[in-house]
Amino acid sequence: MSDTKKKETFGGTLIFVFIICLVCAALVSISAVGLKPLQQANKLLDKQTKILEASGLLEKAGSDIVGTYGKFVVAKMIDLNTGNIIDGDTDMFDERTDARDETISIKPENDMAGINRRANRAVVYLVNNEQGQLDTIVLPIIGSGLWDLMYGFVGLAPDLNTVRSVVYSDLKETPGLGAEVLNPKWKALWPGKKVYNDQGDVAIKIVKGGAKQGDVHGVDALSGATLTSDGVEHTLHFWLGDEGYGPFIANFPNKITNGGLN
Amino acid sequence: MSSDTKKVLFGPVVDNNPIALQVLGVCSALAVTSSMANAVVMTIAVILVTAFSNLFISLIRNQIPSSVRIIVQMAIIASLVIVVDQVLKAFSYQLSKELSVFIGLIITNCIVMGRAEAFAMKEKPGVSFLDGVGNGLGYGAVLMVVAFFRELFGFGTLFGFEVFPLIQNNGWYQGNGLLVLPFSSFFIIGFIIWAVRQYKPEQVEKD
Amino acid sequence: MEHYLSIFVKSIFIENLALTFFLGMCTFLAVSKKVSTAIGLGVAVVVVLGIAVPVNQVIYQAILAPGALDSIMGITDPAESIDLSFLSFITFIGVIAALVQILEMTLDKYFPALYQALGIFLPLITVNCAIFGAVSFMVAKNLTFGESVVYGIGSGVGWMLAIVLMAGLREKMKYSDVPDGLKGLGITFITAGLMAFGFLSFGGISL
Repeated sequence: MSDTKKKETFGGTLIFVFIICLVCAALVSISAVGLKPLQQANKLLDKQTKILEASGLLEKAGSDIVGTYGKFVVAKMIDLNTGNIIDGDTDMFDERTDARDETISIKPENDMAGINRRANRAVVYLVNNEQGQLDTIVLPIIGSGLWDLMYGFVGLAPDLNTVRSVVYSDLKETPGLGAEVLNPKWKALWPGKKVYNDQGDVAIKIVKGGAKQGDVHGVDALSGATLTSDGVEHTLHFWLGDEGYGPFIANFPNKITNGGLN
Repeated sequence: MSSDTKKVLFGPVVDNNPIALQVLGVCSALAVTSSMANAVVMTIAVILVTAFSNLFISLIRNQIPSSVRIIVQMAIIASLVIVVDQVLKAFSYQLSKELSVFIGLIITNCIVMGRAEAFAMKEKPGVSFLDGVGNGLGYGAVLMVVAFFRELFGFGTLFGFEVFPLIQNNGWYQGNGLLVLPFSSFFIIGFIIWAVRQYKPEQVEKD
Repeated sequence: MEHYLSIFVKSIFIENLALTFFLGMCTFLAVSKKVSTAIGLGVAVVVVLGIAVPVNQVIYQAILAPGALDSIMGITDPAESIDLSFLSFITFIGVIAALVQILEMTLDKYFPALYQALGIFLPLITVNCAIFGAVSFMVAKNLTFGESVVYGIGSGVGWMLAIVLMAGLREKMKYSDVPDGLKGLGITFITAGLMAFGFLSFGGISL
């Protein structure tokens, strides 16, 4: 290559950079815009899968997640402070975005879950059975584990006291220790446990060394993951308590009767 | 395949492995090695980015004004990384969630930049492309060795399939708690370097 | 207040960029031979992170974040909302490079003594994945402006702490009898692994 060819002029450099920018911009924009629908579909699918898992419908759904979700699940926006169902776009709602805005979130007085702020709104998922009757209420939960916030869902039976499932969808806990909350064997300990005691207080707890036989509130702790286990317990206590879904749960029988989802 | 092509393609995997030798790009190499699947995806991403950035930069190597050389390389690399990231998000949400920021970190991965500057600026497009693939492969080889040990002995699985049944799942294998933690890859890389240098004593560092 | 303190402590000890996320490894391994140099580089990283993270936070939230431009463009329909987040990688790397350049010139003009001390490290920092990584984490964690200032400085301090400790260890290591194959790089990796092991005990600290 000859030296004359490499001679630089200011204009030449500018034009070159401009062309490169144009080509790169085109490449990036085309891929981003073109793939967007797929990305959104994927994200939605992930969430719907977790909700179906929390309601015990995942196996039945097989590969038809979207169809099953559409058939059985109804999302409702609620106001956590009053417990009432309100209008709102349940698809676009993002808990963490709302929680950052001080006008539409509160600082919990007793921040057991370590979330710092809690959005005023939340989306709950009402899941029907084949007969069209309310079968499971899936409530999103967030709380600190050992390393970071853990995002998940708790599924409750229509009596709003019996646990159907605790499913985590997003966490950064230590693999093999804290991340065992995702282990099917541990998840299988939850169904049938009772959230509230006779006085109406949240009584569900995680017991180190194993819950006693017949303990309706206790679930075995994860061995070697005390802080994650505590995190799960605190998260449940917070969200099922007065500053979480408490008002909604207290109001629930008046709002929705069996089968009357809409 | 001619021996020259072979050298360009496979040289970086063994003889001149970018991680073991030049300590390039280890940054993002380690945090994603907890499973083989992650390591493979990361490898493919790096291969694509190094190969195509080498190719494009080599194509325009005679036109690039040297005063804006670095920034032009950066722009091309960053664009490619964005495309890879978008594709991954579109086709595997789960994996993109696990690799999270580490795909983006390919931009600052010294291998990509280093090859663009050291090889693609001088050589023809075809051979630059192969050089990119070769260096990506070399990087991938180390990642996969690390991931192999971590996944097999840490979780008792390979690519998610059970090899040693874990005690938690009524098996007999107690997962190695150290290997599931990210920093165990420091030890594994250290031992890999030791092994390579034992085999090739001329690479031993002088004090 | 206590929330910020918690972010600060967390970013130094628990989510240490170098030891938990392996960010900035290239420089971490290459520039940790002497404590004095390590301190110089560490300070430079703290300064750049302290500026780059909040600046990118503002840019991201004001322009790139999904829906950020809607009010300016007069878009009310959420279906047409503008999402430029796919441009974040390329924006961040550009902003970081520009910031470092500006910082270098400012130091040169107004603080020549400081420039003498830090100057040689600044160009190195542009390609340091610790900066890019911290900025990416800022987006992933969705930090507010105040939080991003604290996070930027905290993670810089954490990285500095790690590299200074490492340099201290390596200075002492000169007197120890390391097997030939492990000399230099190999033993540094293993030491870094042991340090990360130590830092693990900070896990779960909450304020």
